[in-house]
Amino acid sequence: MKPFHYVRADSVAGAVEAYAARPGARYLAGGTNLMDLMKLGVETPAALIDVSRLPLDTVQELPDGGLRAGATVRNSDLAAHPLVRDRFPVLSQALLAGASGQLRNVATTGGNLLQRTRCTYFQDTSAPCDKRRPGSGCAARAGVHRDHAVLGASERCIATHPSDMAVALAALDAEVELHGPEGGRTVPAAEFHRLPGEHPERDTVIRPGELITAVTVPGATAGRPSAYRKARDRASYAFALASVAAVIDLDADRTVRAVGLAFGGLAHRPWRARLAETALLGQRLTEEAVARAVDAELALAQPLAQNAFKVPLARNLAVHTLSGLAAARSPQRT
Amino acid sequence: MSAAAPESGTASRVTLTVNGAEHTLVLDNRTTVLDLLREHLGLTGAKKGCDHGQCGACTVLVDGRRANACLLPAVAQDGAELTTVEGLAPDGELHPVQQAFLDRDAFQCGYCTPGQLCSAVGVFAEAAAGHPSHVTDPGRTAAQGPVELSRAEIRERMSGNLCRCGAYPHIVAAIEDVTR
Amino acid sequence: MRPTATHATAAGAVRPQPVLGTGPQRLEGREKVTGTARYATEQPHNPPDCAYAWPVPATVAAGRITGVDTSAALALPGTLAVLTPDDAPRVAEGDDPILTVLQDHEVPHRGWFVALAVADSLENARAAAAAVRVSYQARPADVELRADHPDAFVPDSANGHPGRRERGDAPEAYAAAPVRVETAYTIPPLHNHPMEPHSSYARWDGDHLTVYDSSQGAHWVRSALAKLFALAPEQITVVSEHVGGGFGSKGTPRPHVVLAAMAARHTGRPVKLALPRRQMAEVVGYRSPTLHTLKLGADRDGTLLSVEHEMTAQTSRIKDFVEHGAVAARVMYAVPHSLTTHRAVRLDVPSPSWMRAPGEAPSMYALESAMDELATELGMDPIELRLRNEPVTEPDSGLPFSSRHLTECLREGARRFGWHHRDPRPGVRREGDLLTGTGVAAATYPVLCDASSASATARPDGGYTVRVDATDIGTGARTVLAQVAADALGVPLDAVRIEIGSTRLPYGPLAGGSAGTASWGWAVHDACTALTSRLAGHRGPLPDGGLTAESDTTEAAGAKPAFARHAFGAHFAEVQVDTVSGEVRVRRLLGVYAAGRILNSRTARSQFIGGMTMGLGMALTEHSTADPVLGGFAERDLASYHVPAHADVPDIDAHWVDETDTHLGPLGAKGIGEIGITGTPAAVGNAVHHALGVRLRDLPLTPDKVLAALG
Repeated sequence: MKPFHYVRADSVAGAVEAYAARPGARYLAGGTNLMDLMKLGVETPAALIDVSRLPLDTVQELPDGGLRAGATVRNSDLAAHPLVRDRFPVLSQALLAGASGQLRNVATTGGNLLQRTRCTYFQDTSAPCDKRRPGSGCAARAGVHRDHAVLGASERCIATHPSDMAVALAALDAEVELHGPEGGRTVPAAEFHRLPGEHPERDTVIRPGELITAVTVPGATAGRPSAYRKARDRASYAFALASVAAVIDLDADRTVRAVGLAFGGLAHRPWRARLAETALLGQRLTEEAVARAVDAELALAQPLAQNAFKVPLARNLAVHTLSGLAAARSPQRT
Repeated sequence: MSAAAPESGTASRVTLTVNGAEHTLVLDNRTTVLDLLREHLGLTGAKKGCDHGQCGACTVLVDGRRANACLLPAVAQDGAELTTVEGLAPDGELHPVQQAFLDRDAFQCGYCTPGQLCSAVGVFAEAAAGHPSHVTDPGRTAAQGPVELSRAEIRERMSGNLCRCGAYPHIVAAIEDVTR
Repeated sequence: MRPTATHATAAGAVRPQPVLGTGPQRLEGREKVTGTARYATEQPHNPPDCAYAWPVPATVAAGRITGVDTSAALALPGTLAVLTPDDAPRVAEGDDPILTVLQDHEVPHRGWFVALAVADSLENARAAAAAVRVSYQARPADVELRADHPDAFVPDSANGHPGRRERGDAPEAYAAAPVRVETAYTIPPLHNHPMEPHSSYARWDGDHLTVYDSSQGAHWVRSALAKLFALAPEQITVVSEHVGGGFGSKGTPRPHVVLAAMAARHTGRPVKLALPRRQMAEVVGYRSPTLHTLKLGADRDGTLLSVEHEMTAQTSRIKDFVEHGAVAARVMYAVPHSLTTHRAVRLDVPSPSWMRAPGEAPSMYALESAMDELATELGMDPIELRLRNEPVTEPDSGLPFSSRHLTECLREGARRFGWHHRDPRPGVRREGDLLTGTGVAAATYPVLCDASSASATARPDGGYTVRVDATDIGTGARTVLAQVAADALGVPLDAVRIEIGSTRLPYGPLAGGSAGTASWGWAVHDACTALTSRLAGHRGPLPDGGLTAESDTTEAAGAKPAFARHAFGAHFAEVQVDTVSGEVRVRRLLGVYAAGRILNSRTARSQFIGGMTMGLGMALTEHSTADPVLGGFAERDLASYHVPAHADVPDIDAHWVDETDTHLGPLGAKGIGEIGITGTPAAVGNAVHHALGVRLRDLPLTPDKVLAALG
């Protein structure tokens, strides 16, 4: 780890200014992934702009029944917040399926979105990796890639995004609020992360110097039946092999009025299953209909030798979760 | 330690309260809370098992909440109140969970133990505050108050603390003892 | 000075109740729960000039170092030195090639240490190590173990066991057998990953080297360092007072201790070196992957007619370490025809080494899974099958067992587990999305005992001090040795002060092979018995230094009559398989053991449960992968190498049958630290078969494999 300067920001504008003034700066919030990467030599910031004490640490109810979670709200606090638990259980469940109690107490909303892939080759500075060192190649394709992407990968990168929370946010039509040198803007959570394409070094659409200030979840999805299901190699404290976040709105006769479906662990970003959603809209939510819709989505998969299991796994999780939501009586039960 | 660079661009003056005692030091910005405790303050109770937040052996309480000390830059914790395992029994009288660990033989090599203990103390507070876990009934609402720590709840909530000796069943029993 | 009357109990006047067999708490427990137990790099006398060392691992899979550029590292603030193969202190050739680090330019495998940065702070040491530029001439590396590898060979010895053993004509008997099972299993590389990384604090005072080392045996570390640094053993002090687990990986010295001593000599400062977790996978040993093929021939009533077990393991280019993963069949069942073979392939891989129950853990997984397959083939209860083939003498040697009691373990376990209510049909117990099943497997581990010495002192203050270089890696050695001493002296436990974990103490063998308690305990027993006699004959006050008796069991421990000595056990598991996710969870785990006299019921239960927990990990979560691109292993941290977490581990029961064995030395005890891992993976795997109706033969049983089986 290289020596670095430390600046504690006292306002969003001040943070953005401080960042711009120091080439090679990084924002520091909880730091649980940043410190990890700095120790690995993957991140070598010249300065850390500490944004953890900015007044972005509250969860507010929005007039439409949605919520706005500040960027520095800790993952554990967001998961436990009454608004989240009562109106968006999928978000609480996704947060609680990630990491450990200790990490969730420190990791923030913004940091969770910005965490980097756990691809072993990305984490190893001696390995070729187009995400870490553009132009060096991808070691994962010929190497160990059991945990890697089956959807939306490119020749340059088959990494997955590790967040659970982001998968729920994608399914909930959430938005990410950004503030940067050119002012503020909002990006849909499902489009915040990128596919790797020719530029795997860019995980997200964030622009240099931009700071995440909040995540908003619209009232439209509040109270809808929703659930998060994650499969992993051990019962807790492990990244997803595959996961699914589902939010549905059904008629009395189980006709789908609205559905949000997103996969985790399958792609370079939370994979919003638009094809499956389209196929389900206006359909009665039967297991067969769900299976057909999910199969249409997963027909896009291009698995490799070691990770082909993710396709049937994701299918099972999605079919089971959606069917379970349809069968559940209480909108808050899964 | 001799290494603290003179206060400069890459070092900072930091004041922290550790187990009730205030410390002011000039620290390399790279220094983590874990290395501050172990190498600067001689408090070696918090352990370094992985240094990457993957084992929980370094768990301490920061302003009452459990955290992996290995991932916290000390400079960013300026003003914080830390409690380490050494602070759980400040007057020599063991914390109930420490006593329960002895009674249940809830450790073997002892290296993960300080982290398990601090984590358990954090779990008690989180459950009392009604915080849910991955295994809490999702239908349970925030208004329903403290979460009862069943064995399944204890196991899930303690899963950030690895124990390679395999003392888990006894750790769970010890924590359960304290909740009764 | 007090009168000797206070020591009257030692002469047998008023003997308190014996403490062996009871369950006193760990003597160091309070230190461990208050954070005051000091591990290797945590010594309170951490001097102000202490330096920190950080190794630089090789980044090629195999090859040769062509240059080490230290200029950038040396230019960083705080860097004290960078040791390289060009300028590191020379050491003599020792007994273990993994210890001769920084002596030449060869890179036998990825992760091999190629330089060492030393700086005035941990942060500066890490930065300096990252700034060292090493250039290599890489060569093509072969890291993949295959059973058909052209370089496979049958060694004369696999960790001291014959590489190949043949009784009768197993292939012919198999061909003629009415019931036949031919099957194959694979076990991936497994890593010990003790919670405390391998760490040393080293200091030179003139020609005297003092090392605080995280090791399973201080004397062994001392003799290795003496050879390497050409010192007399008396010039070296090694202390291993508290050790954060080892599971075999700290049984032999590791390169970190050599590097720490080199760095301390080179810089003239005390040096701390704690291996970064990410470097451990390639330099502190692992259990070799093993490929197993088995053929079992049986009569229709279940009587075994033949067993063939062939295992292929890997070793490195610099050292032959051949996992003895086909030995179980030599011990377990009566069979007239037997062929057990170990094969090995030298690859460009890190040197494999000892991991909890080496040999027995893999061989019992394979054999006990195959026995379950045979039971299924026969339509026979798997416990009945084992009882049917209970031998009178050890099959391989013909020696009588000093004690066995496997039958009792199976029966007692069946009773406690409720086995007799079991529906044997596989794949039929469905609860919603879950399939459940139960499985059984036997367990075994040999009884080993090494020579040890000890001393016992009656102090003028009325207490006793017992000294032996034993190591407590979490086993409870301190406590059980104090119990041995208390009973031998006939005094209460709290009258005994026990000193362990240092070469300043009488020689003790390492904590390994589940032999520690038996080995040290014998010496402690003898020393205390001798002291009792001396006290009985002593009149008048004790001298200032007290009265001391010493012991050495070299002769006694080496002169045991010919018996086959093993501990046995039975494991029972209940699992649930999620048919949606493919996730397997263990719901119940039970072990019942025949392990001689249980000396401390509290710590023994913990060790059994700990072994079973590691067995659960071997069955379900743990694996490393040879990296075909980089070499070494893909899993180099605790996020990717899945040690079981709290949520993976259910309530686990451990029990034992009363066993009196008079052929084991004065304590009558068998080792208990390893047997728990030896049957558990098979019991879990057999339970998964019972749940699914499909046999999975490649560990670990992760969701990918389970889903494939579900189809």
